[in-house]
Amino acid sequence: MIRLLFAIIGGVLLGGVVHLVSVLALPRIATQDAYSRLTPITKLNAVTALPLASPNSAPMPFMDPAFAVAICRYDLSSGPIKLAVPVSQAYTSVSFYTRNDVAYYAINDRSAGRRVIELDLMTEAQHAELPEDEDVTAADRLIIDSPSQTGLIVLKALAPEPGLMPQAQAALAASSCKVQTEPPVKQAERPQAKR
Amino acid sequence: MRLILLTLLALIIATAVGIGATWMTATRGTELGTLTIGAWTARPRTGTAEVDPYSRASIARSGELPVGTGDGIAFTATTDDRKKPLDGRCDVLVSGVTPAARFWTLTLYDTNGHLVANSLQRYGFTSQEIVRSSDGAFEVRIASRSRAGNWLPTGGIERYALMLRLYDTPVGVATRTQRDAPMPSIATVGCP
Repeated sequence: MIRLLFAIIGGVLLGGVVHLVSVLALPRIATQDAYSRLTPITKLNAVTALPLASPNSAPMPFMDPAFAVAICRYDLSSGPIKLAVPVSQAYTSVSFYTRNDVAYYAINDRSAGRRVIELDLMTEAQHAELPEDEDVTAADRLIIDSPSQTGLIVLKALAPEPGLMPQAQAALAASSCKVQTEPPVKQAERPQAKR
Repeated sequence: MRLILLTLLALIIATAVGIGATWMTATRGTELGTLTIGAWTARPRTGTAEVDPYSRASIARSGELPVGTGDGIAFTATTDDRKKPLDGRCDVLVSGVTPAARFWTLTLYDTNGHLVANSLQRYGFTSQEIVRSSDGAFEVRIASRSRAGNWLPTGGIERYALMLRLYDTPVGVATRTQRDAPMPSIATVGCP
């Protein structure tokens, strides 16, 4: 009898371990997470506009229907990414997610402070390789460190009224996200943004 | 023989308890790091790199992308202020003011996070298109049949969730109480 009790208590304790391990493993083994859902419908290292969220089809659950959304799925193995997003009339934001859907950085048009949000995205190793220059005037770009080699950049533009949706979509259509080809010779770092 | 059976029993219990607890926390969520104001609940840390493992698991399972902290914050409500689940067949009144934010949107989803079909193609309101009274407060009527003013159709579904997203807002990880973030009230005003 006492043995049975031990087996039950041992089972529950072991269950706790199983629970912790599975919670930590779930983001890695999930097949229907946002990155996996977006992989077949987005281009790598380029901006892809997502279809508007509608009751019958939405690429992801809980999408805000008031926003035009575009995705740049990135892979930094061939070099840093340059991102430029023109600001739409109402509200524009750029959010960065790792391969496992952790939002590690987000910025909106007001904190970017100008007509085009311009960012350089690179891994920490690529950032460390950048030449430490004196203040070069041309380089007033933000540098973002990506914790993972691959991930998602989500560009969003608000349509405050349904009639303004084409405008929001047009702003995103003019944005670009591409691998930086020329080596970044003369680039100073701006004070790095907070994560 | 007894030993084998007992070991097997222990392992079966371990699997059931472990996977069961994971499934529960990933689908229903935990109280970890939540900010609750009235009927509204937000998880400010899901928009940062310091997201807790339970939120990460539930995000991975549902397939959504959380709103980043530099972008905004999302509040969800599945009940009214009296803890009654939101019912699409009833009239529900969302009224009051919202915390400081450059823009906000109020959206209605079914329990799986899909928008609810309706002939108006009205899935929510933005702060700019909503009709307000002279003191700046607003009133949204959520009902299956058309209503005067700001009407948000439910399509008559039984259960739904409301999401209030604030964009470019000081509300976030440091917010604690209603005083920092005055959220609108939710009241069920009539059921057929």
